[in-house]
Amino acid sequence: MKRKRLKIFEKVFEGVLFSSSTVTSLTVLFIIIFLFSEGIGLFNSTPVEKKYKFIVSNDNTVKELSSKQLKDIFNYDITNWQQLGGKNDSIILFTINDLSTYFTDEELGANFENLPSKINELIKQQPGILAYLSDKYIPAKLEGHVIPLTKISVTDFVSGTEWYPTSEPAPQFGVLPLILGTLWVSFGAILIALPLGLATAIFMAEVAGQRLRNILKPVIELLAGIPSVVYGFFGLVVLVPLIQQLFDLPVGETALAGSIILGIMALPTIITVSEDALRTTPISLKEASLALGATRWQTITKVTIPYARSGITAASILGIGRAVGETMAVLMVTGNAGVIPHTFLEPVRTIPATIAAELGEASYGGLHFKALFALGIILFLITLIINTSVELIKTRRSS
Amino acid sequence: MMSFINKRIKQKVAFSFFSLVSVLVVGILFIILGFISIRGASVINWEFLTAMPDEGMTKGGILPAIVGTLCLVAGSMIFAFPVGVLSAIYLNEYLKENWVKKFMRSMTNNLAGIPSIVFGLFGMALFVNKLKFGDSILAGSLTLGLLALPVIIRTTEEALKSIPDHLRIGSYALGATKLQTIRRVVLPIAAPNITTGLILSISRVSGETAPILFTVAAYFIPKLPHSIFDQVMALPYHLYVLTTSGTNIEASKPMAYGTAFVLILFVLIANLMANAFRRHFSKKNKMN
Repeated sequence: MKRKRLKIFEKVFEGVLFSSSTVTSLTVLFIIIFLFSEGIGLFNSTPVEKKYKFIVSNDNTVKELSSKQLKDIFNYDITNWQQLGGKNDSIILFTINDLSTYFTDEELGANFENLPSKINELIKQQPGILAYLSDKYIPAKLEGHVIPLTKISVTDFVSGTEWYPTSEPAPQFGVLPLILGTLWVSFGAILIALPLGLATAIFMAEVAGQRLRNILKPVIELLAGIPSVVYGFFGLVVLVPLIQQLFDLPVGETALAGSIILGIMALPTIITVSEDALRTTPISLKEASLALGATRWQTITKVTIPYARSGITAASILGIGRAVGETMAVLMVTGNAGVIPHTFLEPVRTIPATIAAELGEASYGGLHFKALFALGIILFLITLIINTSVELIKTRRSS
Repeated sequence: MMSFINKRIKQKVAFSFFSLVSVLVVGILFIILGFISIRGASVINWEFLTAMPDEGMTKGGILPAIVGTLCLVAGSMIFAFPVGVLSAIYLNEYLKENWVKKFMRSMTNNLAGIPSIVFGLFGMALFVNKLKFGDSILAGSLTLGLLALPVIIRTTEEALKSIPDHLRIGSYALGATKLQTIRRVVLPIAAPNITTGLILSISRVSGETAPILFTVAAYFIPKLPHSIFDQVMALPYHLYVLTTSGTNIEASKPMAYGTAFVLILFVLIANLMANAFRRHFSKKNKMN
C-alpha cells in the first residue's frame, strides 16, 4: 500500500518536473506569438491616424499616395499634382488648422456644424486641394473622394530610410537607419573586443599560471556582472566628454562611445567562450608540436588557435549577439540620432534603444506601437540567427 | 642559432603583449569600479539609504528604489528559482539523450540569447496588457523571472552533471527510488553550486533595466509598495532617470553616483558571496 502511494507520488512529481521544464520552450513560443501578433498589424495598414482621411477633388486623377509622398507634400517638396502623375494643379493643403484662413467663425457656426458643407464648397472650388480631415468633419455627401494611401509593406519598412514614427500627418516607418546603426555599433564593438578578448583568453589558457588565472577569472565574472545601466552611466560621465574633447566634436554621444562601452561589455563573453575553446586542444597535439622544436608561441599560432578556430568564431558571434541586443548602455551614450551612420564620430540610434526610448510614449495598439513590436521581431530574428549559427558551429565541432 | 633567438624574441614580444592586454582588462574593471566608488561612496549615508527622494530627486534618498528592487528580486526568484531547478532536474536526471532533450536545451539557449528589451516587449504584451496585471510588481517580477530562468537552469544542470553517477547507482542499489535518490543524494551535494547560481541570477536581475521599463518601473513614487499590483521605483531605472531625464540633471548627479555605487555594491557582494561559497564547498568536497 505504502509502496503504491510512493509510486503515485513519484509519477506526480515527474509530471511537475516535466511541466517546469516546458516553461522555457513555452516562453520562447509565446515571445514569438506576441511579437508577431502585436507587430504584424503594422503591415498592410494605412499610414495615417485612425479616424482621419485625406480627401481630394473629384477631378483629381492621382490614384494613390504613399506616406513618403505625403511627407514631401507637407514639407512643400512636392507642390504640384503633376509631380505625382496627376493634372497640372498646384497642391493646396487644407487641415483643421487652416480653418480661419478660409472661413469666418460665423460661417462655421458655434459648434462647427456648418463645417462639412463648407468643406464641400471648398473642395468644389479648388481642384488642387488635399484636405486632411477627421471623420466627423467629412460631409455625408462628399463632393470629392477619399484618396487611398499606399499600405505599409515589409520592404518599405526594412528599406525605408526615415524613421519619424510620430510625425503628423505622415508618419515614416523606415528602419534601415536603425538596423544599420545597430550593426555599425556592434561591428565597432567587436573590432575592439575581439583582439582584446582573444589576447586575454590566450593569456589565460596558455601563458598564465594557476595563480594569475585565479585572479583573472573573478575579474571577468565581475565585468560580466556590472549592470548595463552602470556601464551606460560610466560611459556618459567619463567616456562621452572624453571623446568630445579628444575629437573636438559638438557632441560626445557617438557611435564610438557606444562601440567602446559595448566592446567592454562583450569582453567577458568572448574571453570565456574562446578560453574554453582553446582549452579543448588535446595536449598530445601541443606536445607533438613542442617536441618538433616549436616554441610555445609557435605552438599557439600553428596548433592551438587553428584547432580552436570554430570556438573562437562562436565566441565572436556571441559577442556580436550581446552587442546587438544591448539596450540601456547604448541608449545612454550613442546620442540616438536616427540617421544612416557614415563615421564612428556621429550619433547613431540602434533598434533596442529605439524600442526603449519610444515604447513608453506610443499609444497602445497604434501604428507606432505596432512598429516598435515589428522592430522587436527584427531584433528577435537577428538574435535567432546568431544563436542558431553558434549551435551549428558547436555541433559541427563535436561531431 | 639566429632563428632560434628570433623565435624566442617573437615569443617574448607576443607573451608580453598578452599580459599587457590582460592587465588592461583588469584595469578597465578597476577604473569603472574605482571611479564610481570614489564619487559614490561620499554620497552614501544613512539618510541616502532610508529617505524618500526630495526636491525633484536632487536631494533626499533612494529608499523606494531600494525597496522596489528588493521586491522585484524576491518576486522573480520566487517564480524562477523553483521552476528553474525543477526543469534542470528533469533535463539532467529524467530525460535520456533524445530529441526532446536536445529541443529543450536549445530552447533554453535561445531564451538566454534573447535581448532583455525583447523580454520587456513580451512582458508588456502578455502580463501588462493581455493578463491585465497593469504596470505592477507582479508583471515586472514575472518578466525578470523568465529572463533569469535560463541562468538558473544552466547552473543547476552544471551542478547536477558534476555529481558522479556511482553515487546515484549506489543509492538505487540500496533500494531507494529515483525521487528519494534525488532528494537525499543528488540535491544535497548539488546544493552549494545551485545556491551559487541563485546568487548570480539575483545579481543579474537586480541590475536589469530594459525588462522593467514597461512592466513596472516608475519615474517617481514617494511611497513604498503595498501590494503586488503596485508600481515601484527600481535602482537601475532610477539611475537611468537621474542621468537622462531628471528634473535637474546636473543637480542630481551626486544622487546618480550614489545610486550607481549602491548597484555596484550589490553586484560586488553577490559575486564575492558566490565565489566564497564555491570555494568553500569545493574544498569541503575534496576533503571528503
